[in-house]
Amino acid sequence: MSRPKIATLWLDGCSGCHMSILDMDQRILELASRADIVYSPLVDTKEFPEGVDVAIVEGAISTDEDVHKIRLVRSRSKFLISLGDCAITGNVPSMRNPFSTQEILERTFVENTTTNPIIPSEDIPKLLDKVVPLHHVVDVDLHLPGCPPPADVIWETVTKLLDGEMPEVTIKTRFGK
Amino acid sequence: MDEQPIAIKTLTIDGKEVGARSGDTILQVAQEHGIWIPTLCFLDGLTAYGSCRICMVELEGNNRLFPACVTKVYEGMVVIIHSPRLEHYRRVIVEMLLSERPHICSVCVSNGHCELQTMAQLLGVTSVRYPYLMRKHDVDASNHRFLHDDNRCILCGRCVRVCSEIEGAHTWAFSGRGVESRIVTDLDQPWGESESCTGCSKCVHVCPTGALIEKGRSVAEMAKRRQFLPYLTVMRKEDAE
Amino acid sequence: MIHEMLEELGSGIAKEREKTKHEIRVCTAAGCMSNGADKVLGAFQSELKERKQTACKAKGVGCMGPCAGGPVVVTHPDNRMHHKVEVSDVPAIIDSIGAAAYTARQVSTDTPFYKRQQKIVLENCSSLDPERLEDYIAHDGYQGLAHVLSEMSSSEVIQEIMASGLRGRGGAGYPTGLKWSTVAKAGGRKKYVVCNADEGDPGAFMDRSVLESDPHRVIEGMAIAAVAVGAEEGYLYVRAEYPLAISRLHKAIRQAERAGVLGKRMLGSTHDFHVQIRLGAGAFVCGEETALLASIEGKAGKPRPRPPYPAESGLWGYSTLINNVETFASIPAIIKNGGDWYASIGTESSKGTKVFALAGSVTNTGLIEVPMGISLREIVFDIGGGVPDGRSFKAVQTGGPSGGCIPAEHLDTPVDFENLAKLGSIMGSGGMIVMDDTANMIDVARYFMEFSMTESCGKCVPCRVGTVHMYNLLGDILDGKATAKDLALLEELCDVTRTASLCGLGQSAPNPVVSTLQYFRSEYDALLVEEAPAVPAAKE
Repeated sequence: MSRPKIATLWLDGCSGCHMSILDMDQRILELASRADIVYSPLVDTKEFPEGVDVAIVEGAISTDEDVHKIRLVRSRSKFLISLGDCAITGNVPSMRNPFSTQEILERTFVENTTTNPIIPSEDIPKLLDKVVPLHHVVDVDLHLPGCPPPADVIWETVTKLLDGEMPEVTIKTRFGK
Repeated sequence: MDEQPIAIKTLTIDGKEVGARSGDTILQVAQEHGIWIPTLCFLDGLTAYGSCRICMVELEGNNRLFPACVTKVYEGMVVIIHSPRLEHYRRVIVEMLLSERPHICSVCVSNGHCELQTMAQLLGVTSVRYPYLMRKHDVDASNHRFLHDDNRCILCGRCVRVCSEIEGAHTWAFSGRGVESRIVTDLDQPWGESESCTGCSKCVHVCPTGALIEKGRSVAEMAKRRQFLPYLTVMRKEDAE
Repeated sequence: MIHEMLEELGSGIAKEREKTKHEIRVCTAAGCMSNGADKVLGAFQSELKERKQTACKAKGVGCMGPCAGGPVVVTHPDNRMHHKVEVSDVPAIIDSIGAAAYTARQVSTDTPFYKRQQKIVLENCSSLDPERLEDYIAHDGYQGLAHVLSEMSSSEVIQEIMASGLRGRGGAGYPTGLKWSTVAKAGGRKKYVVCNADEGDPGAFMDRSVLESDPHRVIEGMAIAAVAVGAEEGYLYVRAEYPLAISRLHKAIRQAERAGVLGKRMLGSTHDFHVQIRLGAGAFVCGEETALLASIEGKAGKPRPRPPYPAESGLWGYSTLINNVETFASIPAIIKNGGDWYASIGTESSKGTKVFALAGSVTNTGLIEVPMGISLREIVFDIGGGVPDGRSFKAVQTGGPSGGCIPAEHLDTPVDFENLAKLGSIMGSGGMIVMDDTANMIDVARYFMEFSMTESCGKCVPCRVGTVHMYNLLGDILDGKATAKDLALLEELCDVTRTASLCGLGQSAPNPVVSTLQYFRSEYDALLVEEAPAVPAAKE
């Protein structure tokens, strides 16, 4: 039997959830002995591969590129985990939602800039009208709230899944920290 | 009314037989017997309000649900507090609250001390399936000691009740209706200009979330102190007698 | 003595009547007034004055029913009805009295619209001047009260109401006699009688017409109730959007008090009953009894959990009897003719008659009163005259935002409280909106959901938030943006809002959605999409 494939993805978030993954410390080595991490900001694969067993996604959906990515990830993964509050609720990225995108861009790239105040428009993803959580775009199999979710919870979740069990960790983590 | 009131009633709560005084609510009896019923708008020492609907329980032989905080016990009552049906309704209600306003725990001063956050955790709400309403609410920072952030308010009305029932100032009230409802000070004047507010801070400390807070607190620093409330209630009762 | 007093009050008008050979009755209820009935009445009066015709009198009367034909004018006693009368028609109509009919405006009353109705609550509407106490008395008005004051004990009155089988006409259908007896038995230093006239359903104007057409009847009903339960004070809670009803009620109360019919020692008896008017400030939820009572007390109109019911703890904590306009308006007839008479009309579980406001895609829109148990088909097709413009019938909506849409296959259902509930709708206060085949049922559901959403008081979470989510989801379905998953969410929200809401508003807000899903699900399914469209990118 081939080794299970794990992938992690970083969308609109602060990378704190990935830091929490790293906070598993030496347990990452144990994880590596049981599964392959085939795609992640932490490894050097360019293309999200087919046949992923567990995809762990940090961050909210904020751009058209995010929509494209999460749909691809969903179609290539058996089990999708929303990791952390940004992926689950929109969290801090969604704080722009009460404002129009134009207002945000003006404030960021024009009003608060001293040199070359211009809204970038080429070769970058387009912002969506509103930031949304993953499960409003694709089906999500498990939500791990937290800002970030504790490393222990991530560890327990992944190992339980590798053991073929459904993890029951909701009481061990919550929105915020 | 026809029957003579019996001082002691016997009822069953989740299969456990308990005794209760006539006139007690299901919630009072459950709490006395160490049985947990989730609540949000209820606060010991204030009049029960029955608005959050989290404490709804089933009564055997009745298809309706009853809020435990205001439903009086009767002899032979069979109360069900935990059932898949009830858990489902409670989770949906928490989802509704989380979707109503931008409750962003990670940047909230009440992070870690918030009853809504804890309720979501205890009830296993790990995501909100409904679209977020994404409404914009202003923050009233006009008071020199306190801050009123409508973005965190769940409209439980504790502040309104404590202000009128305990402090007697009647500064807080509801304004608007439906999803437009808000809590306001002095007919929707800035809190800092309120002439009725005594600055007692009771509203801040009974608030279950980060909607009413002390200024100068950073993320996760705003723990509420509300142990005073039952004592004040008892003292007021004694005063009245 | 009590009866003599009434006789004396009515004697003036009796003499007047003897002198009058012909009466020209002009409807002066809101519908006809908005079409200029007041000008028409004025024209009749000045024309008659000019012609010095003293044997013919023009007077304003209450609603006659065919509101779409307003202003409506009937000549009496030859009983010719004229629709859409204009000031220019006035001389011709006067000329036609006792002569050949004025065919340009005359309409036949030999139609099912009139023949299939049975009027109890509305019995006097088409003949009495709502602004004159004497006219009401001349129509046997306040006889019921006089009878109760002079010959009946409190328990006899309640027995009579119980025997009548009358059920609350506000919508829920709680047995009126039972409610009265609960309040009568309740203790306390005082009691109150409250009339709920906060009619707010879109398309409903039953209570409005009764108040505008026969205000004394409602007041008499309240006074009888007050005597029966032992109350000395009452409130009439009327929505401020009914200025004509309010001014007529004010006038009626003033007249009745001045004549000694109402107020201290009613009709010379030992009973006092004072009625005050309170105006609703435009919140639909104040039709909910606990919210209404809070509003009377001067608080924000928000419902509170029941029990305790108002009968136990109502206004300022006192036992309070609260009934709807039509309920009170049924009382004088029950006292006059007896409970058994009333119980002989209607079905096994729902007695008497019910007033409906017929509106929408139906030929004869207007106000009707029919015996309980009549079929929806008879109401829509016989009385209503069917669907106009060659369209076909699709559904009839009863009960307003708390009710549901009933499709053609259930048209033969006899109308009563239980049957309508079984069909997923409610009797409600009596609004009935007919929809033709052009109606989009999801749009209808969204319309009512928008109403409930904006009228939710915001106190309890399921109603406050649930109605918004339901409204938005219905919009997504209409916009072709919703998937089967969204429809499932909508159904879940319906269930939670219905089950967990605090008051009737939230508990019944999902009904329009649930009933259209029940009968017109294919319309919902047809609009669903496989996959939700990508979240829109921000504009350039």
